[in-house]
Amino acid sequence: MVYLDANATTAVDPRVVDKMLPLFTETYGNPSSKHGFGEAAGAALRRAREQVRALLGAEQAAEIVFNSGGTEGANAAIMSALEASPRRREIIISAVEHPAVLALCAWLEKNKGIRIHVIPVDREGWLDLAAYKAALSERVAVVSIMWANNETGVIFPVPELAEQAKEFGALFHTDAVQAVGKLPIDLKATEIDMLSLSGHKFHAPKGVGALYLRSSVRFKPQLKGGHQERGRRPGTENMPGIVGLGAAAELAAAHMDDENVRVRALRDRLEQGILAEVGQCVAVGAGAERLPNTSTIAFSFIEGESIVLLLDRAGIAVSMGSACSVGSFEPSHVLTAMHVAKEAVRGAVRFSLSRDTTEADIDRAIAAVPPIVAKLRAISPFGSQEGAPQALDQAHV
Amino acid sequence: MPTMQHDAFGEHFANPRNVGVLAQANAVGSVGTMGWGDAVKLMLQIDPATDRIEQARFQTFGCSSAIASSSAITELITGKTTDEALEITAADVVDFLGGLPAERMYCSVMTYEAVQNAIADYRRHGAPAPAADSATICKCFGVTEAMAARTIRINHLTDPHQVTFHTKAGGGCFGCYKQVETVLARVNAEMVAEGNLAPRQAYRPGSVPPSSEALKPRGDAPPPLGSGARANIPSHIAIPPRPAPTSAAPRPVLPPSENRDRGTPEQFELIKQAVEALRPHLQRDGGDCELVDVDGNTIYLRLSGNCVDCQLASVTLSGVQAQLAEKLQRVVRVVPVS
Repeated sequence: MVYLDANATTAVDPRVVDKMLPLFTETYGNPSSKHGFGEAAGAALRRAREQVRALLGAEQAAEIVFNSGGTEGANAAIMSALEASPRRREIIISAVEHPAVLALCAWLEKNKGIRIHVIPVDREGWLDLAAYKAALSERVAVVSIMWANNETGVIFPVPELAEQAKEFGALFHTDAVQAVGKLPIDLKATEIDMLSLSGHKFHAPKGVGALYLRSSVRFKPQLKGGHQERGRRPGTENMPGIVGLGAAAELAAAHMDDENVRVRALRDRLEQGILAEVGQCVAVGAGAERLPNTSTIAFSFIEGESIVLLLDRAGIAVSMGSACSVGSFEPSHVLTAMHVAKEAVRGAVRFSLSRDTTEADIDRAIAAVPPIVAKLRAISPFGSQEGAPQALDQAHV
Repeated sequence: MPTMQHDAFGEHFANPRNVGVLAQANAVGSVGTMGWGDAVKLMLQIDPATDRIEQARFQTFGCSSAIASSSAITELITGKTTDEALEITAADVVDFLGGLPAERMYCSVMTYEAVQNAIADYRRHGAPAPAADSATICKCFGVTEAMAARTIRINHLTDPHQVTFHTKAGGGCFGCYKQVETVLARVNAEMVAEGNLAPRQAYRPGSVPPSSEALKPRGDAPPPLGSGARANIPSHIAIPPRPAPTSAAPRPVLPPSENRDRGTPEQFELIKQAVEALRPHLQRDGGDCELVDVDGNTIYLRLSGNCVDCQLASVTLSGVQAQLAEKLQRVVRVVPVS
């Protein structure tokens, strides 16, 4: 199998597994304990915190709070910001945020009367900076804008956005789940107050992540309990996970150049190879600044799930633009926000690479895609395979 | 790897039978559109002497379940008389395929509807199709009340989520959930009266909550998602800086009539025409809008019909705003007034 779904999750690096294993059966102590077992665990915890601090370029290790991942981080950051400044009743987000942020904000709007500003993006995925500036005010408690988009890889100018938020005294949180480990980050040189990350996107295990909390930020923990993580995230630490996260962070820093040179070249070759072989498709967000590992291609006249399943049968694992979640039949909110043409918006497929991706993987993918697209287009009633293109606006085929 | 390698579903998805245009078709049935995410076009060649379906072909836009169901229905109806074909249900398609994912049941229902449409087309002998059989309850996916009712009846549905999975009604903006419940309760009651459903199985409205925390604007709640920012203004139109924020979030209010700046009569007429041009699009979804007044760059509109309760009202508004800005070539703000 060729795995090109790294934005969904990555394989845990075997070196990370090696570092984790002793925590299960040897140094399994509770870091809060005062005996030798506890001290060994405490030392491992400190080491992991320092490794994550280094990857993020944070000022102090104490600014790193370990948790379960991106959804928890985003929820904790936004809920804390609202509680810390009760007179500010507005939030700014982008139209293409992850459901971890979108669903929370929809809930806050409906149940807590919080006003949500949703900043649109243009066809390439660039954020509407004028709309962002216009939405900022002293009423905004927190801005939560992702660093890089999970579906398209488009990167937002988060450091600049954070500086603008600061002028109005609004806290700035970024969902950096897709950016950490792929982009160089130096938090101490920015005004970013909070950042969420998830380990499994960069070869750490699932279920472990971290929230960066600038030391000057007043934090209101939503979980009440013990003193762990200085009371900011009570509950006994997930020690094997945290140690894995630290090890993965160190490896990610070491692989950063590879990610930005070799993986980028592979991604570009894949994208150009498919675009050259297949007509009537478009690389979404290719005109914007993007993560080096992500390519989303929208194929006209066919539907993404069919493409993904046929590619799976051909031994290539990819994702569709996150459409058709249970209970909803609408196309991806990200691609809709980017005004992807309606004949292509349901035919989007995301290819996302990692440092595990090889030249041979890309060759196989480039070879597999065109016949599958051709096959599905031959089945589709739309498109021009039978001669003149059919009108797409008709109510019926 | 998924386990579909050897079953009927995987076979009919990966190697669908009877794909393509049937040039000599004398019966055609279409269901769905590209915008709804699935579309099936079924083409039949029916022998007028025997009333038998000699050949069936299809073209389908959609997911694996839609393709597999389309392939299955062509196999199931070939060789059958039209009366026999009309009796083949979505459940027969599902059985033929060895099952479908619960949330994809609508794919089998689409193929059932396509057969019904094709044979109705054949029996009309080229006469134009009659208008839709009843009111639309789900405008996201064009589901009529009659279609929902017969799907409930034929497939013995007793849960609103099952109705969504079988018809897609309620799977978009969630705005029609109550209507789905009402139709379900009515048809279930009929089924009980006919002795086809145990009374305790019949659905009672309100007993199953909607699946999603939808973005529903309520009463005096703050403006819905998207309406606060200047959503969807085309990027080539420059946005002037917004005046410095004042104290509390201002609710849009219509200024006194004498203080409104309507621009020149030509400008006002242009806005009026632009709003008129948008109305057919909204009317198509059972909504409407009306120009109330203009004050500088602010256009006050009154939304009516389906637009009022629609959970996508903020999307509609920002779309209207974007289209007006495009038509007028300047930045405008659309403010709804009730």
